[in-house]
Amino acid sequence: MNIETILLLIPLLPLAGCLAAGLLRHQVGRAGAHWITILAVGISFALSAYVAWEVFYNDLPVLNYSVYAWAITDGIRFEIGFLVDSLTALMMVVVTFVSLMVHIYTIGYMHDDDGYQRFFAYINLFTFAMLMLVMANNFLQLFFGWEAVGVVSYLLIGFWFKKDTAVKANLKAFLVNRVGDFGFLLGIAAVLMYMGSLDYAEVFAATPGVEDQTISIFPGIEWSLMTFICICLFIGAMGKSAQVPLHVWLPDSMEGPTPISALIHAATMVTAGIFMVARLSPMFEASDMALTFVMIIGAITALFMGMVGIVQNDIKRVVAYSTLSQLGYMTVALGVSAYSVAIFHLMTHAFFKALLFLAAGSVIIALHHKQDMREMGGLGRIMPVTAITAWLGSLALIGFPFFSGFYSKDLIIEAARYSDRAGSTFAWICVMLGVVITALYTFRMLYLTFHGKSRTDEETLSHAHESPLVVTVPLVLLAIPSVIIGYFTVEPLIFGGALADSITIRTVNDTMIEIADKFHGPAAFGFHGFVTPVFWLAMLGVAIATFVYLFRPDIANWARTRFHVIWKVLDRKYGFDELYQNGFAAGGLKLADGLSRGGDRTVIDGWLVNGSAHLVGRAAGVVRRFQSGFLYHYAFAMIIGLVAIVFAFVSLR
Amino acid sequence: MTLAELQLALPEIFVLSMACVVLMADLFISDQRRGLTHLLACATLVFAIIITLNLRVAPGEVFFAFSETFIRDRFGDVLKLFSYLVLLAVFVYSKHYLRQFNLFKGEFYSLSLFALLGVMIMISASSMLTLYLGLELLSLSTYALVALNRNSMIGSEAAMKYFILGSLASGILLYGMSLIYGATGTLELAAISEGLTMAAGESLLVSFGLVFIVVGIAFKLGAVPFHMWIPDVYHGAPLAITLFIGSLPKLAGLALAIRMLDNGLGGLHGDWQGMLLVLAGLSLVLGNFAAIAQTNIKRMLAYSTIAHMGFMMLGILAGTPEGYAAAMFYAIVYSIMAAGAFAMVILLSRAGVEAENLDDFKGLARRSPWFAFMMLMIMFSLAGVPVFVGFFAKWQVIAAVLQAGFVWMAVLAVLTAVVGAFYYIRVVKLMYFDEPESDEPITAPVDFRAVLTVNGLAMLGLGLFSGALITLCVNAFAA
Repeated sequence: MNIETILLLIPLLPLAGCLAAGLLRHQVGRAGAHWITILAVGISFALSAYVAWEVFYNDLPVLNYSVYAWAITDGIRFEIGFLVDSLTALMMVVVTFVSLMVHIYTIGYMHDDDGYQRFFAYINLFTFAMLMLVMANNFLQLFFGWEAVGVVSYLLIGFWFKKDTAVKANLKAFLVNRVGDFGFLLGIAAVLMYMGSLDYAEVFAATPGVEDQTISIFPGIEWSLMTFICICLFIGAMGKSAQVPLHVWLPDSMEGPTPISALIHAATMVTAGIFMVARLSPMFEASDMALTFVMIIGAITALFMGMVGIVQNDIKRVVAYSTLSQLGYMTVALGVSAYSVAIFHLMTHAFFKALLFLAAGSVIIALHHKQDMREMGGLGRIMPVTAITAWLGSLALIGFPFFSGFYSKDLIIEAARYSDRAGSTFAWICVMLGVVITALYTFRMLYLTFHGKSRTDEETLSHAHESPLVVTVPLVLLAIPSVIIGYFTVEPLIFGGALADSITIRTVNDTMIEIADKFHGPAAFGFHGFVTPVFWLAMLGVAIATFVYLFRPDIANWARTRFHVIWKVLDRKYGFDELYQNGFAAGGLKLADGLSRGGDRTVIDGWLVNGSAHLVGRAAGVVRRFQSGFLYHYAFAMIIGLVAIVFAFVSLR
Repeated sequence: MTLAELQLALPEIFVLSMACVVLMADLFISDQRRGLTHLLACATLVFAIIITLNLRVAPGEVFFAFSETFIRDRFGDVLKLFSYLVLLAVFVYSKHYLRQFNLFKGEFYSLSLFALLGVMIMISASSMLTLYLGLELLSLSTYALVALNRNSMIGSEAAMKYFILGSLASGILLYGMSLIYGATGTLELAAISEGLTMAAGESLLVSFGLVFIVVGIAFKLGAVPFHMWIPDVYHGAPLAITLFIGSLPKLAGLALAIRMLDNGLGGLHGDWQGMLLVLAGLSLVLGNFAAIAQTNIKRMLAYSTIAHMGFMMLGILAGTPEGYAAAMFYAIVYSIMAAGAFAMVILLSRAGVEAENLDDFKGLARRSPWFAFMMLMIMFSLAGVPVFVGFFAKWQVIAAVLQAGFVWMAVLAVLTAVVGAFYYIRVVKLMYFDEPESDEPITAPVDFRAVLTVNGLAMLGLGLFSGALITLCVNAFAA
């Protein structure tokens, strides 16, 4: 099998699995559905691993080719094509591995659900869409993958479509992503307009030529073209990767089943924005302004979303806010041109965050779909595997030395520190403070769930037990990379130039050169990690959480009343929801109402629709009368037509 | 007459012989074993495909035979191949219907094969005489086919109307040909093309001739105001015959227009362009608007044909190789779509009752999700929804007419296509959102289902891989 066939099979197998499990759900049955889909993703993962092996160890040259051209118009090709380099290979492995784990886990989690086959079809479809997104070699396919993962995300958030909150949440995700996608589409349109191509390679080649070009959308205001394009594209990323202020949908997306929270809303889809910016690094490098924008947005998200996590009581929401905060970290890395670090954190985060979500899911199964941490506690004794893996994931999340998250997060903080970009000090302070916050909410969650006295009612507790193997095996398999992957990959990925063929950094922006001087191998880096301020900040967070939630729970209540205003602000999530609800949604409704009354019902319905319908109806009536059925009428019409043409084209010449 | 000349006309000779064989053989086949006639006719088409494929000419190559009255070129070969394929589908679809309605007779097959021969002769005509000969062979066979069900009043009425109006149109066409002959002194299309420049003094004669010829063509295509026969004939003829008339003769109409107007009267492009513009515009408007008012699906599809022929004329009137290629693409695609649409109507028909009302499609998605989906694709394709092949067909002709500089015509075409989308999507709405009126299961033979499935999936497949068919059409007009 040549490499092209393999690459084609990787996305198509999950698509086939989706069709088989979805369209033939009655024929294949429940077991058939999970076998088909798991087999599809499993083979897909094995092939991806093979491709990654070829790329990273056998120096497979960068592949960039067209698979299928759908249409060519005015020299612009609309096509499906694959660009396979180190970045793609890495993403393919991450996506298929996490997807495989989630597939297996789903057998346990969705065991009693009526929509069993439907769920497997959706997550197979998601895997296909995500692979198309990361393998794209052009903007059209990127957009296709982008929208396709969005659709599946929408379908899965509302998977339990009889639940009112789920339907509202998926609508919210849909609408907020529309805002982001609008920017994304504008960006792509601008690329097409000014560079005349949708192909990555051609656009990157054309970028230096238009770097100094400015455009004027509003008369009198000149914008740098590249800044405009990059910010528009990044707005798309803000929607998909849930950056402030388009983050509001992600916490609500927790209404969906937990496996997809892990797969879509933590490990893969939400990182599409990060991936996109890294993939388009040659364009973003051309605009300092856009990168600064990216960095500031990321810094705000990293710190302020983490803070909301402290006051959440729903276990999944804590993890969700943590995801927001970590996505902010990745965005900061992008903003300071440390693309490889962002991708590195994306990878480590995919493993430990998926692990945390699945561990949370395991707890939720044990407690019969209770998610409130105030009703948990002491579960560590009952479910040791879940507790231990959750601990490992948490240590990775807070960046405890030698854990995977440590390497990636520390490098982000270092990159922010050494960056010369305007405002990078602000970003650095945000990510430093974020460390305390991360440790605080993470350990709060651990203690409230697994330690201390049990607050679960007797009835539920008596049924609680460790989850079955299909749940715990994925936990263990995810825990392994969560712990060790950073140690083994930090050197090649960040300092060894393994991603060099897909990422472009201008020398002036490159902060990693300075950091590379100080890097003396992962072990030394890890030991040094114990004496950095970052470590002590994390320990501070852990200490506060331990003191408050393990020993003196009353302090939490005291603090809540003492700092009621702050608590209220955090509990309200800074009022974004209210702002959107009362501002945009209510305003939009009012505007729509006005337009509906004034424009729609009178002009469009009254004059255009009904008017034209009447006209059409009357015209059809007239035509019908011509169609009398009498032969001589027909013949007469023909003769009239003939005479008219003779008159018009012969006599009048 | 040399052997080489005979070889050039081998597909025609083969189809002619086989039509006679079918005619004769059927006399000795009992009613119970009528399936043999069907198989024989299908085999004829399969062998015709093989012969034409083997003897195909390369793009740009042209051969003449029989004193320049017969032409063999790429355009003809491609068109003939699709004629066989369409007729093959028609045969498979019809068998089911003819059995149910007690019309399963040998005449259907021999007449259809003679009609096919007429189409082939028209496609390969390089003289006005052969063109007319092919046209009459096609027309006479079709008149008889419409009256296939002799006990049906409405069928006989339709056949009578079709015959009389068709004769009138043939007379008009023949008159136009005679005027051109008078002006140029030749019947050969290529010679006419040369002779026109020398016949400058006879411009009035030529103009008159042209008008009559355009009217004759317009009648065959069913362009407004020469469309009156279409709704009545489509409605009156047995469904299987409507299926036949709705698909195969469209390819012949295209051949007639291109042979006559381009090969013969290409020099008068400026003159006939204006006429076609008017006819196309009227067809687009009337076809689409009138289709909305129909509750009978055969009549609806009849008016839809008129609109589609308007679209096809847009490609022809551009008068460029790209325009002709677009028109050819349109004709081929339309004949496939129409065959599928009428086949769906046959599928819904039960013994003795034609499912000709739109209401019969209600709730089809619940009775047969798969075929409802096929119909959905066919309807979307007819409406010109992107991805489906109908979109590319419309796109090509609109691009051609834009290139010819008629922006307002392109706008009109798009607007009427929007109007047209209404009645196609209405069928989809009926299938998916309305309650079924009967819960009788949908039954059809395996071959019928298989061909219909291929036909429906072709809407999507040809849309996704439209490049191949477009290239085929573009090469047909490569110099």
